[in-house]
Amino acid sequence: MAKYKIVHYLNQFFAGIGGEEMADYQPEVREGVVGPGAALKAALGDDYDIVATVICGDNYFGENLDKATDTIIEMVKKYEPDVFVAGPAFNAGRYGVACGTICKAVEDRLGIPVLTAAYEENPGTDMFKKDVIIVKAGNSSADMKNVIPVMAKLIKKMATGEEILGPAIEGYHERGIRVNYFAEKRGSERGLEMLIKKMKGEPFETDLPMPKFDRVEPAAPIKDIKHATIAVVTSGGIVPQGNPDHIESSNATKFGEYSIAGMDHMDPKDFMTVHGGYDRQFVLANPNLVVPLDVLRELEKAGEFGKLYDSFFTTTGTGTATGSAAKFGDAIGKKLVEDHVDGVILVST
Amino acid sequence: MVKGIEKYGIPVVHMATVVPISLTIGANRIIPGVGIPYPLGDPTQGEADSKKIRMRMVKRALKALQTPVDGQTVFEKDDF
Repeated sequence: MAKYKIVHYLNQFFAGIGGEEMADYQPEVREGVVGPGAALKAALGDDYDIVATVICGDNYFGENLDKATDTIIEMVKKYEPDVFVAGPAFNAGRYGVACGTICKAVEDRLGIPVLTAAYEENPGTDMFKKDVIIVKAGNSSADMKNVIPVMAKLIKKMATGEEILGPAIEGYHERGIRVNYFAEKRGSERGLEMLIKKMKGEPFETDLPMPKFDRVEPAAPIKDIKHATIAVVTSGGIVPQGNPDHIESSNATKFGEYSIAGMDHMDPKDFMTVHGGYDRQFVLANPNLVVPLDVLRELEKAGEFGKLYDSFFTTTGTGTATGSAAKFGDAIGKKLVEDHVDGVILVST
Repeated sequence: MVKGIEKYGIPVVHMATVVPISLTIGANRIIPGVGIPYPLGDPTQGEADSKKIRMRMVKRALKALQTPVDGQTVFEKDDF
């Protein structure tokens, strides 16, 4: 008798029930393997048995998320599997989302290790790759033969409790988890090797891939500068003396808004910087180097622009997560729009 | 932060010393700063000259805010 039990999840299409016309199919459980389960079972070998297959139509799942999840959880629970597997979903969007949803629920509620597989652009991949291991799959079922062995290997590791290594080694979508390990070569050696490869035009793998940044269309320019309100925002960590809101010197979780109404320059008696990422001596002596209040007031008085906004917005840019920065920007932007600000000078150190 | 604000339709000029970072994050109007510890001015040249530099840069920033751009633009000089 097999040592490890697997329960497999499929949609109506891969279960051979039908296409779109059967997408409303309600959750059903069948003993043993169905469809791609056969190939998975073959790859897993005799120690593993796919004891049951849960089938659900993609539309039914998508439209009855909570109810379908609850029903399927009950179905899975009965079999007490060692590992729960869903898909592969390839580039089928609703299927990918269903696989991710049900995997996360099984892991959270039943504490059973879970695995699915999907194409990188499947919306389910983005939604769930941080929560569950999603094996990389091609965009169509033609890739089945390549995906199944990768899944089988991971299922075995999960069942036996063997350590699962990084995404590049095991072939799953990166989850954004950092694990400390001892590298054979120190950083300087790795860096030089990468540099040499890069100069030769050879492929190399960075230790720390940069996040991908989205883009925003350039806003239309200010038409009437003589009546425009200008605001200053900075990531240079300028705060009132004493840092009343305790803005962090690194990896900031908040921003501050402080009045400059009636002031004609940033006085070092009133303002300081808490930024932990640059030599602060110059800015401590003269905060106008970051918030150029002195020249802005002169230009305002000279009529070079309409009005300076009565406060400035500030945070610390060093080590700050781009997600946090985006949130700060959104909150600041919302306020500035409400207050009819026409342009922003954002100073970074 | 630049994009978070600009998506509300307010033009933002990013005054930043490390221009490649500004380009990477997606600022559309960029003015290179003087130095990381003193983006707007140069205290090593004395207070008066440092302020002159700052005045020139802020004027350039106001001009950049009045300038239409198609995509990411670095305003290196005062004349444009």
